[in-house]
Amino acid sequence: MEVEHKFSHKHILGLEQLSPADIDFLLRSAASFKEISTRQIKKVPALRGRTVINLFFEPSTRTRLSFEVAAKRMSADTFNISASTSSLKKGETLIDTALNLAAMKPDIIIIRHSHSGSPGLLAKHTKASIINAGDGTHEHPSQGLLDMMTVLEKKGHIEGLKIAIIGDIAHSRVAHSNIIGFTKMGASVSVSGPATLLPRGIDHLGATVCSSVDEAVEGADVVMALRIQTERQKDPFIPSLREYAAFFGINKRVISLAKPDAIIMHPGPMNRGVELDPELADGPHSVILDQVTNGVAMRMALLYAIMGGGEG
Amino acid sequence: MPQSLLLKNGRIIDPANGIDNPGSILIEDGRIKAVYSGDFADSLQEDCQVIDASGKWIVPGLVDMHVHLREPGQEYKETVETGTKAAASGGFTAVACMPNTSPVNDNEAVTALILAKAKKAGFAKVYPVGAISHHSDGSRLAEFGELKKAGAVALSDDGQPVENSQLMRRALEYSANYNFLLISHAEDMSLSGSGVMNEGPLSTRLGLAGIPSIAEEIMIYRDLAIAEYVNRPIHIAHISTRESVDLIRRAKLKGCQVTAETTPHYFTLTEKAVGDYNTLAKMNPPLRSIDDRQAIQDGLQDGTIDAIATDHAPHSRLEKEVEFDLAANGIIGLETSVPLTLALVRDEIITPARMIELMSVNPCRILGVEGGSLAQGVPADITLIDPDRIFTYEEKDVVSKSKNSPFLDWSLQGKAVLTLLDGNITYSDL
Repeated sequence: MEVEHKFSHKHILGLEQLSPADIDFLLRSAASFKEISTRQIKKVPALRGRTVINLFFEPSTRTRLSFEVAAKRMSADTFNISASTSSLKKGETLIDTALNLAAMKPDIIIIRHSHSGSPGLLAKHTKASIINAGDGTHEHPSQGLLDMMTVLEKKGHIEGLKIAIIGDIAHSRVAHSNIIGFTKMGASVSVSGPATLLPRGIDHLGATVCSSVDEAVEGADVVMALRIQTERQKDPFIPSLREYAAFFGINKRVISLAKPDAIIMHPGPMNRGVELDPELADGPHSVILDQVTNGVAMRMALLYAIMGGGEG
Repeated sequence: MPQSLLLKNGRIIDPANGIDNPGSILIEDGRIKAVYSGDFADSLQEDCQVIDASGKWIVPGLVDMHVHLREPGQEYKETVETGTKAAASGGFTAVACMPNTSPVNDNEAVTALILAKAKKAGFAKVYPVGAISHHSDGSRLAEFGELKKAGAVALSDDGQPVENSQLMRRALEYSANYNFLLISHAEDMSLSGSGVMNEGPLSTRLGLAGIPSIAEEIMIYRDLAIAEYVNRPIHIAHISTRESVDLIRRAKLKGCQVTAETTPHYFTLTEKAVGDYNTLAKMNPPLRSIDDRQAIQDGLQDGTIDAIATDHAPHSRLEKEVEFDLAANGIIGLETSVPLTLALVRDEIITPARMIELMSVNPCRILGVEGGSLAQGVPADITLIDPDRIFTYEEKDVVSKSKNSPFLDWSLQGKAVLTLLDGNITYSDL
């Protein structure tokens, strides 16, 4: 690879710690890894002999599989631990879990956890490289990177684009990583949704807060709908999913306010007909499945980079 | 022959008696026998132990009106003995301990146990604070009469608020029969919810649920309103926000019988200390913004805030070396209160005399206990402070059984170097 950049991070805890040059490196690196998945023999020996543990304390289909596929295509040995089968259910602390895993000498631990900051805690107590696969309402860096990769692929550039993110910003680690990542790369990010779900100080992360969905989507190059969780009705952040769909869902009228060539994204899993009109999800503007495809390539790039593959 | 001790040629700071000048104090049989102004004339010296106090402050024994000693029930975190030993090493001669033990101190048995353990340990006077509600669960009043008889000095459900306004009203009314002071832990739990740090840009960035400042302020307003309505005094514990200071300032101007305390961490740190999910900076109320810290310092300066307490809250590593969301609230504070408060003196936010009011005179007055004075004849509860001593607060030096301090490895200036309880040396680092 002809990529001139020294990627010096041992862990991927969040996009906050990555520089624009780091992100640029990963985006270019992932683009070249993408080709591997189109081959008949989808495997390269880059991480042969490396051990990767998927430590998932929260349910996940897409992200966990994506990391596993990525690691296997790089020839790493992968192991999956999920909360339902782990000692966590037996009362073991995260640090003890970390120390025990570390004793088995893994190279990389990929962690998803419901508490913000858990990947950092793990990093302090193991020698392995840690990749944050989503921690609480903090960050989901690999999702932010694969979203940027998808936008770059479709638009040819990121700088100067208007990205609209609509929905539950407060509880979305995807939104947090995207706001941080896209603004670092020179795009502008507008957020909107029910005011109860726009957290205080989100503008400090670089987002422009819009009082209406229309204002956020107006002239946007990218429209991203976030999953609204049904339990938000109880908290109470919203009165009902019905009202949410009617006033905050992305539909054809709303999308007509965006640029004609705007793309529609969703990090999944999707509540069809709530945050996104199903016809739009399946329509020509949608790049939702490209996001999934790019997820594998981006995670290959991440694994490669933290294992020293970024030393130019 | 009487046991006597001379603290010679220090700076006596005794605001209760309007004294701040060089002098010496003679102690005999556990009481202050004489206070001398100016250079001590050696001709006066009797046959007694002499401690050279030159360059040091001689002040009335410091009193921390808000600590958690964890006994009974959580002796692995702290005991009455270890907690009072930590108190003595921080210059304190008395502490008031909150009732959130296990079982809760809502009865004579627990109060008596604490008092007996304190007497046996002999490091500091311990003033038990009883519970406002039975089991501190907010359901019904605790038995105030029994608690008073057993020796409790005040009442609080500290750790959690009295959520029910009617119960708070009845508690304030009923406290009149026993002349009990109520101490309010002000928190609207429906607003603090699952929050773990101050709500704001930083909580959003870290993805941690926030505790809004209004959770504290709304409850302070409620408790001030009830106290005023039923014409009873109230003390507001551990205030941390600008609006809390303003509410108390306005209530005092109106003539309400309100007093308030804050802690060294609220006037020293801000939410930034949470940084990279540092659980040693997790407490309730949470560390606030720079603006809030400024308001707390202003309140200490202008007299709105009456007392500095530590909210000494020992927790073992088991409760702190976990995910931030799961970590226990609270930090130890007895051993760092003097140097952190002296920093305010050096910054000329408060005077030395004001410091002693905040840490000794006022806590005694608020709790209605003896102390806070160096008058002739009073028990010799005295602290010697070296305002210049520089030391690094290291984990190995921590006296408390728990080590959960955000000030570990800080270089601190000023410390208590001698603590006397009824004339007996409970701590010495001369």
